[in-house]
Amino acid sequence: MDTAPLPDDFDPVKLIKMMTNNGHNRLIGSHYHAHGEGWCELALPYRAELARDATTGILASGPIFTLMDMSTSLSIWLKTGIFQPQATLDLRIDYLRPAAPGNTVYGRGECYKVSRSVAFVRGQAHDGDPDRPIAHVAGTYFFTASA
Amino acid sequence: MTLPISSPYANAMGFTVSRDEAGRLVLAMAFDDSKRGRPGFFHGGALAGMLETIAYMTLADALADDDQPQLKPVNVTVTFMRGAVERTTFARATIERLGKRIANVEAMAWQDDPAKPVAQAQINILLDRSSGRPD
Repeated sequence: MDTAPLPDDFDPVKLIKMMTNNGHNRLIGSHYHAHGEGWCELALPYRAELARDATTGILASGPIFTLMDMSTSLSIWLKTGIFQPQATLDLRIDYLRPAAPGNTVYGRGECYKVSRSVAFVRGQAHDGDPDRPIAHVAGTYFFTASA
Repeated sequence: MTLPISSPYANAMGFTVSRDEAGRLVLAMAFDDSKRGRPGFFHGGALAGMLETIAYMTLADALADDDQPQLKPVNVTVTFMRGAVERTTFARATIERLGKRIANVEAMAWQDDPAKPVAQAQINILLDRSSGRPD
């Protein structure tokens, strides 16, 4: 994928829906929820087969990582308005509390700074009440086509 | 010889676990479309989930059979070093410190050569022996 400005009729919702409906995002079942300039929010409906432990039913951290990786990476395109290939350099997640089994998890990623080669992101996840987040994330992506 | 896996998530991901010659647990993840991120590569979230899974398994394995506290994630930092291509990926974990309340675990994933990791994770886990008490 080459670097290219987004077309005037670019529909970010269509892109996000397309990108969350295949590959690993499809397996975990995340889908578009909301977006704005430089941010994107995805929803992850609860599924018992994604629990780490069948006894507690608490969601494994892997699906939450995938959700936040996807929402933060989409936020970069919404920040720059340019398609350029990118790869996650690192992503840290602090798990503030477990998501309640049965609840949909909402993951909001925000790109707050872009340099020539690196995008800086942060985000939060909650399971119904944005004032009671279940996780905070911080990470960086690099633009693989940048010199 | 593969070992049983009880985690629903680990089974949904199709992970298999065995022991290497040194007795360490090694997790394997075959490539298929359900683990794919950008075309031709594993999704970072699949690799992160793999690293966290082997960290928990290695920790549970190191604890005595009669001392299995609830393991709760505190945080994880995953660094992605190389694109993981469409090939079976392996992961193992090292417990850097196992305390009474906290375990610090490092996990790494590789494809052909463990000296060339595709991703590495630093994982801090809370060992909760106060079963039944709210967080």
